[in-house]
Amino acid sequence: MNEEINREIDRSQMQVSDEVAIQITGMNKWYGAFHVLKDINLTVNRGERIVVCGPSGSGKSTLIRCINRLEVHQEGSIIVDGTELSSDLKNIDKIRSEVGMCFQHFNLFPHLTILENCTLAPIWVRNVPKKEAEETAMHFLEKVKIPEQADKYPGQLSGGQQQRVAIARSLCMKPRIMLFDEPTSALDPEMISEVLDTMIELAEEGMTMICVTHEMGFARKVANRVIFMDAGQIVEENEPEQFFTNPQSERTQLFLSQILGH
Amino acid sequence: MANQSYVRTEMLGEKPPPSSQVGIFKWVMENLFSSIPNIIMSVLSIWAVYYVLSGFMPWFFQSSWDATSLSGCREHIAQKYGEGVEGACWAVIRERWPQLVFGFYPRELYWRPVAALILLFVAISPILFTSVPRKILLFSMVYPFLGFFLLWGGSIWLPLSAMAGFVIGYFALGMLPKMIGSLGATIAAGVLPIIYWLLISGPVISGLNSIAPIGIESIDSDQMGGFMLSITIGVTGIALSLPIGVLLALGRQSPLLIVKTICVTFIEFIRGVPLITLLFVASVLLNYFLPPGTNFDLVLRVMIMVTFFAAAYMAEVIRGGLAALPKGQYEAADALGLDYWKATRLIIMPQALKISIPNIVSNFIGLFKDTTLVSIVGLLDPMGLSRAILADQNWNGIVWELYAFIAILFWVFTFGMSRYSMYLERKLKTSH
Ligand SMILES: Nc1ncnc2c1ncn2[C@@H]1O[C@H](COP(=O)(O)OP(=O)(O)OP(=O)(O)O)[C@@H](O)[C@H]1O
Ligand SMILES: [Mg+2]
Repeated sequence: MNEEINREIDRSQMQVSDEVAIQITGMNKWYGAFHVLKDINLTVNRGERIVVCGPSGSGKSTLIRCINRLEVHQEGSIIVDGTELSSDLKNIDKIRSEVGMCFQHFNLFPHLTILENCTLAPIWVRNVPKKEAEETAMHFLEKVKIPEQADKYPGQLSGGQQQRVAIARSLCMKPRIMLFDEPTSALDPEMISEVLDTMIELAEEGMTMICVTHEMGFARKVANRVIFMDAGQIVEENEPEQFFTNPQSERTQLFLSQILGH
Repeated sequence: MANQSYVRTEMLGEKPPPSSQVGIFKWVMENLFSSIPNIIMSVLSIWAVYYVLSGFMPWFFQSSWDATSLSGCREHIAQKYGEGVEGACWAVIRERWPQLVFGFYPRELYWRPVAALILLFVAISPILFTSVPRKILLFSMVYPFLGFFLLWGGSIWLPLSAMAGFVIGYFALGMLPKMIGSLGATIAAGVLPIIYWLLISGPVISGLNSIAPIGIESIDSDQMGGFMLSITIGVTGIALSLPIGVLLALGRQSPLLIVKTICVTFIEFIRGVPLITLLFVASVLLNYFLPPGTNFDLVLRVMIMVTFFAAAYMAEVIRGGLAALPKGQYEAADALGLDYWKATRLIIMPQALKISIPNIVSNFIGLFKDTTLVSIVGLLDPMGLSRAILADQNWNGIVWELYAFIAILFWVFTFGMSRYSMYLERKLKTSH
């Protein structure tokens, strides 16, 4: 939030199509007896960039983890790319290979080199020949600006570099949708912007994205919609300008004053 | 007042690190006598080492190598080093070492276990060192059958037919998925070889034997013994306990209730029982559980029990490694669309095993030394043989020499294992 993004954003590519990428209707989830997500309704069109924010424990992570079924919802439906998430393992694996995800703590595979991290899933899930997978991987590593680290291990990279590798690793699967769960909140300030830059570039290319983040500068410039969650519910949903300058609900106002107020 | 602000105009280049100071004297001063407590500890330790060696070395070296009995040794030492000198009687080792190493294996066939041991090193080399050509792995797969054939001898068709069962399973796994789906193929790959071994291989072997009786002299299990037996049991246990342990550890975490219950019961039962009990079960009871008519060799039965025992422990060691993996690794693998087996094989197990290397290797070492317990069910491993040698009139009264020899033999192998584990840990270290 204090870190401003200095570059001009090219919005010409960032058009939203009418095609629906993700449709969540009447979704509820419980952890045991704890009702963590309450009646979530959300439609994301192809090419849309959604930023999800809200206080800690409001269920943001749980929501986006339901989209690739890292968490199982109990009620309602989630349709990703026309496939409904159910306990059918085939559907789940299909959706997971279409939906990329970046985690707060990167979750790179420490026993594999950067290049191997990037080629593993294409080779084993998509059956891409090794050589081709390596070329794709180098392409995306160049895109996130760390091709020279390809033969190192994750433990030898800085946090920002690791997160960019994680993004490249997801991109190697050529996903149609990317989910980000607080990708910058484990990073030092100077590394935040390098990761955000990468994400902005992705947005400029028209990737459908859902980002849980508190980087309000990013939200303002890139998002078409900001979603505010509290206590497991979507409390407010609006265009970024409107959301930041003229928040409707009291909770949103309080939240914004807390994170922007100092 | 001087201006307090400072701006660096030039960034510093890199310099090589300072070369470390060398010289023995300096090293000794720094490492042994740098402070008063350090001096006291050093002096005490040096004295302790001296004390032990000064008692041990004369015994070790003022010894007799050629004699045919303990009293012969004593005379010999008295002649050479004077009356009243206590020395080791290594003559017993000189006379009996073939037995301690090979048991009662026929002397003219010693080349077979020796060849088996040498080929063992060839077979494990690609598994131990990644620089060895991968093609040798094919030999590693054939080795268990070759090793069995060399040690036990007999008809060549028995090991070949056992191998054929695995080949059948392999092809079932490779070709059937297209026809009956991967679950069906996996089940078929398990069931077909068993059907083959139980029903088909018997007649096939006897048929082939009558047509082409190829084979080498067959050796009975009671002729096996000595260190060779320890290595055979130990290596089998080590080689099998790791994969079985991995499967048990995975099964224990499985959401499938039946699989989980079976694994937990197996692990907890085997771990809760002393190995000796299991060995007695092997020697006495196991025949009741086997189909009537099968007369399983005692050594093989003991091997099965030792393997089970080691596998149960291994499962728990690996479970510890699995538990130490952060949840994020499972999630990242899932999020990339890897299925359970691929995630396990490519992401989870390599890391869990790596974390567990020190524990796995100490289990291996423990298992290897535990093979000495088989002497209790009458197998003539070095400990069993040493008892026989002690009962011999000529050598009655000898203790230290035999045990020292056995200890050194075991130590060489276990030390090798522990060194290798350190090498592996260093090699697999991927972070600073
Ligand atoms: N596996 C779990 N079992 C039980 N409760 C859980 C589990 N995971 C999360 N919760 C609870 O669910 C609620 C929502 O968690 P979630 O991680 O989605 O919050 P969040 O909005 O992402 O918070 P943060 O900003 O801190 O990441 C929290 O109250 C949390 O304690
Ligand atoms: Mg979260």
